[in-house]
Amino acid sequence: MTELTRMDAAALAAEIAGGRASAVEVTQAHLDRITAVDEKIHAFLHVDAEGALAAARAVDDRRSSGQELGPLAGVPLAMKDVVVTRGLPSTSGSKILEGWIPPYDATITQRVRAAGVVMLGKTNMDEFAMGSSTENSAYGPTHNPWDLDRVPGGSSGGSSGAVSAYEAPLGIGTDTGGSIRQPAAVTGLVGHKPTYGGVSRYGLIAFSSSLDQAGPLTRTVLDAALLHEVIGGHDPADSTSIDAPVPAVVAAALDGARADLSGLRVGVVRELSGEGYEAGVLDRFAETVGLLTDLGATITEVSCPHFGYALPAYYLIAPSECSSNLARFDAVRYGLRVGDDGRRGLEEVMSLTREAGFGAEVKRRVILGTYALSSGYYDAYYGQAQKVRTLISRDFGAAFETCDVLVSPTTPTVAFPLGARVDDPMAMYAADLCTLPASLAGTPAISVPCGLSEGLPVGLQVMAPALADDRCYRVAAAVEAAVAGRDGQPILAAAPSL
Amino acid sequence: MASITREEVAHLARLARLAVTDEELQTFAGQLDVIIGAVARVGEVAAGDIPPTTHAVPVTNVLRPDELRPSLARDEVLAAAPAAEDGRFRVPRILDDPE
Repeated sequence: MTELTRMDAAALAAEIAGGRASAVEVTQAHLDRITAVDEKIHAFLHVDAEGALAAARAVDDRRSSGQELGPLAGVPLAMKDVVVTRGLPSTSGSKILEGWIPPYDATITQRVRAAGVVMLGKTNMDEFAMGSSTENSAYGPTHNPWDLDRVPGGSSGGSSGAVSAYEAPLGIGTDTGGSIRQPAAVTGLVGHKPTYGGVSRYGLIAFSSSLDQAGPLTRTVLDAALLHEVIGGHDPADSTSIDAPVPAVVAAALDGARADLSGLRVGVVRELSGEGYEAGVLDRFAETVGLLTDLGATITEVSCPHFGYALPAYYLIAPSECSSNLARFDAVRYGLRVGDDGRRGLEEVMSLTREAGFGAEVKRRVILGTYALSSGYYDAYYGQAQKVRTLISRDFGAAFETCDVLVSPTTPTVAFPLGARVDDPMAMYAADLCTLPASLAGTPAISVPCGLSEGLPVGLQVMAPALADDRCYRVAAAVEAAVAGRDGQPILAAAPSL
Repeated sequence: MASITREEVAHLARLARLAVTDEELQTFAGQLDVIIGAVARVGEVAAGDIPPTTHAVPVTNVLRPDELRPSLARDEVLAAAPAAEDGRFRVPRILDDPE
């Protein structure tokens, strides 16, 4: 039998449901893997072995008493630390929340638990999800299993590191400007950002509320779809959650795996290529567009003239929202308090606490957002960025009149070396070039591995209209099947063993 | 010419309740100058009569039934606070010293 940690989530669930492996065995195998390799990867900030084994035992008990199990029951999961978990630390990668134990579960945590999915622990991330490399974590960086001297992407780099290093078959990430898709691309995984409002934000420590969205990071398209169906759907606790059925993403993934895209209209976005893109990335992208043709799709080039302004618009909107959201860290109700000696007043204690508790990137963005929202600058910066956001949505709308999906590279480059961009914020921000338009438009987008450049994985991004997440999964599953057929193995199989 | 000065950054940091150091002020002023120069490109777009988007997938007047439900357990919430006293959050001094 294949080693348990090498199996994908769908296969593990079948083993458990069929009684060929217990959930406890599966969980223990992954805990052992974490013990063996996480010293090198540093994917986890907190491992909850006791809680994981208890959750696994509960699944085994349900099975032995003849109860029906959900499609992912007993399968281990790595949870990004931005998602609050009752009784388990939730730091969001920040010193300001060190030691905080949340008194409640996020909706997605509740849904994961209710599905019998086994939470192994909490994963590393850029502080408050601000970053593209996980180097902004207050707890040290995560390493890319493909090359330990490179970044695993960010901000969900702990989850991408854990899943690509076989420490967990399922990962949860959150994506504000690309933080699921970009880490997936640079570690050879599948990562999907759902339609905004498709997955509840209740219990996500807020960064940019009009953009934040949680989603799956997995080794296969089907696993991502299975996890999407567990966490997705309307939640009365999140007033921005969409009251509509979850798109049929599992059925779409199964359909896509038949590798027939006859009649599908695919648009290649002209603006998402060119300067700043590595030749190897563009080559793999062009080959994959060729594969789509072989699968029966018709390809046209489309222009989305405002996509070039997504980066400046995003780096006004997200910092503005974050400067407002992070005002909650006031040294009163949770987390750190510094300098409260009985003489200092509230405001001084607050300022000292935030100075000590926030890292450099968070401070930069809070200051930038405060600036963009200042009277006198508001119209020129934040207000103008919101108008550009409308134009980007309209570009998508026009493109989807003639195309079913749009494609681009997920990232302009492969994983970059640790330390290469930490002192150059604009270079770091450029990692999100291709993922930002769908974030601003609130539309779904997936990244699926499509090849290697210089021995490192390259991702294809598939974008669809709002609530048509199923199209992303169908096309991604077809690409996954075609690439595996071409190479004789999935992309991740080429990763060096740790 | 710099688009943002060190003094402006210091003022913004005060507004945002960040007790930044002189060294940080120096670094941030330089970096923010570059970032603001780059994001100012949004001004190139002719968007005069375009309506702004606050939420890409708009939903309005979302209400839920007005029903009684348990709140978070007080003791659990206070246990996670930096300081608590008599079943309440204890805050730093908020009134001027009487002396």
